[in-house]
Amino acid sequence: MNYEELIKQTALADERIVVMTAENRALIRNLPAVLGPRFIDTGITEQTLIGAAAGLALRGRVPILHALATFLTLRAFEFIRTDVGIGQLPVKLSGFVPGFLSDGNGPTHQAIEDVSLMRGIPGMTVFAPADEQDMLAMLPAIWASPQPAYVRVNTRPATYEHAPFEMGKAEIVAEGTDITILTYGMLFEQTLVARELLQAQGKSVGLLNLRSLKPVDEAALLDVVRRGSLIVTVEDHFITGGLYSILAEVLLRNQLTARVLPLALEERWYRPGRLSAVLEYEGFTGHHIARRITEYLGESGAAIAEGPAVLENEFAE
Amino acid sequence: MLPEKQQKLEQMALKVREHIVRLSTDGGCFTGASLSCADLLVYLYSDLLNVRPDNLQDPTRDYLFLSKGHDVPALYGTFVELGFMDKARLDQHLSTDDHIYWHPNRNVPGVEFHSGSLGHLPSVALGVAMDCKMRGQDNKVIVITGDGELNEGTVWESLLVASAHKVNNLTLVVDRNHFQANVATEDLIPLEPMSPKFEAFGCEVRRIDGHDFAQLEEAFSALPFSDTKPSVIICDTVRGRGLPSIEARADRWFCNFSAEEMDELLRELHSQVASTLTSETLTVR
Repeated sequence: MNYEELIKQTALADERIVVMTAENRALIRNLPAVLGPRFIDTGITEQTLIGAAAGLALRGRVPILHALATFLTLRAFEFIRTDVGIGQLPVKLSGFVPGFLSDGNGPTHQAIEDVSLMRGIPGMTVFAPADEQDMLAMLPAIWASPQPAYVRVNTRPATYEHAPFEMGKAEIVAEGTDITILTYGMLFEQTLVARELLQAQGKSVGLLNLRSLKPVDEAALLDVVRRGSLIVTVEDHFITGGLYSILAEVLLRNQLTARVLPLALEERWYRPGRLSAVLEYEGFTGHHIARRITEYLGESGAAIAEGPAVLENEFAE
Repeated sequence: MLPEKQQKLEQMALKVREHIVRLSTDGGCFTGASLSCADLLVYLYSDLLNVRPDNLQDPTRDYLFLSKGHDVPALYGTFVELGFMDKARLDQHLSTDDHIYWHPNRNVPGVEFHSGSLGHLPSVALGVAMDCKMRGQDNKVIVITGDGELNEGTVWESLLVASAHKVNNLTLVVDRNHFQANVATEDLIPLEPMSPKFEAFGCEVRRIDGHDFAQLEEAFSALPFSDTKPSVIICDTVRGRGLPSIEARADRWFCNFSAEEMDELLRELHSQVASTLTSETLTVR
């Protein structure tokens, strides 16, 4: 089973599903032949794509929109907010190559404010799977929901056997007393490595996969805070409006505070390159994450071992 | 058009204009843009469209989308006259107890979709038209834009897509009243020649006098104009039509009249004699 196959099977079983794209066919090349008129490519027109999806949803359809995450969420933002958001229509946005996954494209293609923008729309739900397995587990529930949704598409192979998906629930990989890492999306893979490396240094390290960012698992976040460890938020997103902000909002709402190290992109776009080079340069490989945490604790990171090589991202647009 | 039908439509349009004037006080509304499309809306809802208060949930009904949402007083006036909406609801204008405000929303039965942000509903109407075609239904899907609204790229983007997908059940109607918010369109972003622009975007185009019911009937009853192309009807209209004292004025976009001014404008409307009000005495935002 892969992303395309899941869309195909879901659409064949449910005639409400319409698949739309703004000419981003890399992952869904075989769907036009299978879905016929229920596959609609509007060309490079993200705004019209969203408006037309709203029109289709008014007629009872459930449009799944596959397009590049930046152009889908940024160029068409006001259409999402106004047509889908005010309309509260079940339009399902699949943002392709979000965050670091647009690796060599450059800042024009870096969707690193998408979580912030999408979660700011009333009624919009937001999801960021750790890998393909995590994504395939969550998509059926997301598509079946009557709410609009944004998903950070991630087709990287799983390096971890995930627990079943539950809307609004975090996946608790491990609990720890010294450090707890909170993350989502493709960096989950690197935080797994970071956790191993830190554990090898004798630290007790917890790890949560925040796959459902809105609704977010507030209880899980509060549990972590009450455990009193250092909390590290790790995300391929601007520091504003993503997981660090979500955590801060939860803390303040509950009149709590915590020791938090945010690892995110601050006030600049990331240096483009092959994925492994980007993660090295920006300090987001498992090794770098472990080192940055150790150094934040005032200890030397010199003893932290190297992690495995980062699997490169496949070019696909 | 039969004289009795013409007379009936004209009488209804006069009542709709009266509603528009009455909504133009105590907070005001977009009077000029509403008056320019009153005849169009009266014609469409009372003659052409298969949409009535009793079939608003019927998926085979015709759809009308008001993309230039600020002319909603003309829509609500038409709704009142055709029984979609209780007249008392107009008294709730700008009250937070109801949903009657400066732009349309779906809390008012008959409104297919909210608007206010320009350039949106051509694409929404495109999606609806695509679905009607997909299901083999022959509903008419009409979207009304302003002429200033044609500044928005998404209007043209939607027509390109509609044309590419042969969505011939979609009709875009331009209320060509020659003004955008503050200035004449041709003084800002010239739109003429307009018909060739739409033709170049793959549409079949007709241009008529949007205040002439016979021409409205002749053009709209010929829809769809093509088996493969979307249709466009450009309606030449006059901003503020029906009130000579405010017609075709750049400063009569949003109006908030005093009660006395409203009474005088209602007399003007019914007498067809220009008001003694000078434009300077009218409150305008």
